[in-house]
Amino acid sequence: MPTRPLSPHLSVYRMSRYTLATSIANRFTGLALSAGLLLLVYWLMAVAGGAGSYARAARVLALPLAKLVYGALIVAFSYHLIAGLRHLVWDTGHALERAQSQRSAWLVVTVSLVLMLVIAWRVWLAGAHAP
Amino acid sequence: MSLRSPLGRVLGFGAAHDGVRHWWLQRLTSIALVPLTVWFVVSLLALPSFGYGTLTAWMSQSWTALLLILLVLTAAWHSQLGVRVVVEDYVHGAGARTLTLVLIGFAHVLLAAAGVFAVLKVAFGGAR
Repeated sequence: MPTRPLSPHLSVYRMSRYTLATSIANRFTGLALSAGLLLLVYWLMAVAGGAGSYARAARVLALPLAKLVYGALIVAFSYHLIAGLRHLVWDTGHALERAQSQRSAWLVVTVSLVLMLVIAWRVWLAGAHAP
Repeated sequence: MSLRSPLGRVLGFGAAHDGVRHWWLQRLTSIALVPLTVWFVVSLLALPSFGYGTLTAWMSQSWTALLLILLVLTAAWHSQLGVRVVVEDYVHGAGARTLTLVLIGFAHVLLAAAGVFAVLKVAFGGAR
């Protein structure tokens, strides 16, 4: 082993709960959105396959299990978007102090929760008006 | 203490200046995905229905098709960069890791190509 410092220097950090939680949540929601990309492409391919293929896919996409997936994707999108913006601010070298990052962690959770509720509300509205 | 690795000292090439490439691309794609994903979610919510006719009419509009293609390409790129890091962190053993990374790369290229193909097919009126 070389004696120089190697990344990641996990042992030198004292991970407080909020840093750990916001970081791992960003990773999990990112992975969930990768699965969402799979769903998006499946949906696009179904449309490209014609009316018959879309009707078959629409039946799968209307299953109760699919609704659970949409809910998870709304949560994942809202969180990953807002947490990603926090990362972009960090990348400019700003707001890295402990107090600031603690505050921004709560801000991310609050704003992404609001965004989740707004999207879920709009989806529910659209569902209520659907034929 | 020298910060250079033994291999680096022997080769004597210095830095390849390629180390920030992954980091930089992840940022670029994330910045692009902010407007693209927000547009996509807002557009989906604004659709009057998810009927076949409505969707094909929507996807046939030039701007919709263009933005959908950009969304699929950028999302696939960003996803590949992100999943790659997760694999590098948690899949140990050079063979398993390389194999996983290759498969994940192929899967993302397939997703990107399929998404672009599907949008173009609908936009050019090939789906009926």
